Amino acid sequence: MEPTFQEEKLAVTQALLYLDAVSVSFDGFRAINNLSLFIAPGEMRAIIGPNGAGKTTMMDIITGKTRPDTGDVLFDSGKYDLTTLDEAAIAELGIGRKFQKPTVFESHTVADNVLLALKGDRDPWTSLFGFRNRSLADAIRRVLDRVKLSHVADKMAGELSHGQKQWLEIGMLLAQDPKLLLVDEPVAGMTDAETEETAVLLREIAADHSVVVVEHDMHFVRALGVKVTCLHEGAVLAEGSIDTVSANPRVIEVYLGR
Amino acid sequence: MITMAIIARLDRMGAWFLAVLLGLIILVPLLNLLLPPTHPLHVPTYVVALMGKYVCYAILALSLDLVWGYCGILSLGHGAFFALGGYAMGMYLMRQIGTRGVYAHPVLPDFMVFLNWKELPWFWYGFDMFPFALAMIFLVPGALAFVFGWLAFRSRVTGVYLSIITQAMTYALLLAFFRNDMGFGGNNGLTDFKDILGYNVQAQGTRVTLFVLSVATLALCYLIARAIVTSAFGKVLIAIRDAESRTRFLGYRVEQYKLLVFVVSAMMAGVAGALYVPQVGIINPSEFSPANSIEAVIWVAVGGRGTLVGAATGAVVVNFLKSTFTTGFLAPYWLFALGGLFILVTLAMPKGIIGLVSSIQARRQAKAARTASVSKPVEETR
Repeated sequence: MEPTFQEEKLAVTQALLYLDAVSVSFDGFRAINNLSLFIAPGEMRAIIGPNGAGKTTMMDIITGKTRPDTGDVLFDSGKYDLTTLDEAAIAELGIGRKFQKPTVFESHTVADNVLLALKGDRDPWTSLFGFRNRSLADAIRRVLDRVKLSHVADKMAGELSHGQKQWLEIGMLLAQDPKLLLVDEPVAGMTDAETEETAVLLREIAADHSVVVVEHDMHFVRALGVKVTCLHEGAVLAEGSIDTVSANPRVIEVYLGR
Repeated sequence: MITMAIIARLDRMGAWFLAVLLGLIILVPLLNLLLPPTHPLHVPTYVVALMGKYVCYAILALSLDLVWGYCGILSLGHGAFFALGGYAMGMYLMRQIGTRGVYAHPVLPDFMVFLNWKELPWFWYGFDMFPFALAMIFLVPGALAFVFGWLAFRSRVTGVYLSIITQAMTYALLLAFFRNDMGFGGNNGLTDFKDILGYNVQAQGTRVTLFVLSVATLALCYLIARAIVTSAFGKVLIAIRDAESRTRFLGYRVEQYKLLVFVVSAMMAGVAGALYVPQVGIINPSEFSPANSIEAVIWVAVGGRGTLVGAATGAVVVNFLKSTFTTGFLAPYWLFALGGLFILVTLAMPKGIIGLVSSIQARRQAKAARTASVSKPVEETR
């Protein structure tokens, strides 16, 4: 059943992130096909789906890296149209992103990585003379304590292990203090113990932020214990609790196998 | 307060560098002006001028290192900013000649009289006043860098494409300045300068003063560059160099950072050119040649990219070698030597002279640490 105009209006004003009928093609390949997704304020959502389902492309659209061919991408109760803004402006609105491949600034120290991420003005003038040059050791330490990296604060980020880099990126997200965190495969390449700790950390963060997590690791998704959306061929295949989604015959067919 | 802040930002290498520059400022004038020419330690005036030239190149290298070493903008057209600063100074010096030119025209420089021009082109107005010329030395290269950078960085032109269009920029200027009707002396450029601020440019005292000013400018540019790269702004620059799109997703407007540092760097290059012209006595379109800009990149690579001190050192070392090789029986081999040097640096010392020095230091420290840890258990067993 098509939603009525009133219902749609309601969804827009209530959603922190509102994607409706979004499509994008690359050279004729429909990476995102009529995708609709609503994230409520304070919600944590897990996104699963096979390779090529459009998970990363969706993140690219939300953060302004890719422009959709059609559809609405609205943020903060429909106040901002993300399709008209660039990456920096979207980041400024309060959308932070952790990439699939950990990308930290390798020739900066761990502390400086957090320093660059800390919330606040990002114009060149402030960077030259403003608050980012003052002692921010306390703010940095608070972030590093939370992601358990205080002991390597002065190490070059390039020297960190893979799991530590993932955590540093999550720490940089925390430092940005965004309204919405987009976290792409946070536990890829982590040991089981690290995966569990990351789930705990993300649940903590979700207490006062909205979070969208893209992940393949079903154990991890189960540990998060949140609403799950399964994407397939650029559209939503199933949505609901982890048990509902993993019992869905279509999801089993295209993604979970067995 | 400010001096304390500056000192706090200096590392050991920077302190050494400034000490050497201070030494040059004190010793060179003394050894040139006070010692008789027969004295073995006397520094002849032509050597002072030659060293002054090297120092100007060092400023150019420093400005290039600021954009290439810290922000990853490989400009292959920085010679253009250097030359524009040089032309601004050259125009001032031309206007100072007055009636002492060959044609003794009170206003028009000789080449304009020769071309049968009746009046001064509008863009030559004001260059008889030093403060105006000084302003232009900063503004002209800065304005070109602003327009060029605004277009290029906003369109996200990066990497090799940006390098190629910087080459095109300097080449276009080369062709333009070659034309007689551009009004900058065409092929011959500007020369036959008489005096600067009322002092004869050829005089020993003037040459020494220009040398001292060049070294002081190098020191000042170093301090400015150091302040920039050690600030949070500099950290953003390095972030852009290493992961540009990541920096954007963090909310930084990469194009604004690039534009600002590019303009500052172009102004530094312009000042270098302005100091260079009175010391070499000529500015002509060959300063715009693409090869010059590429050579400046080699200086930075040889000295050590992203170290500032290394860039300045590289400029002096390579140009000293160039002076040695291009005179006497070695003259035909200079280009081979330069090419060989570039290959050697790329293969054997990717971090340049400065990188080599610090890795030797680190090795020595590690060795010292090892011997200390070896000798310790021996003492304990005793």
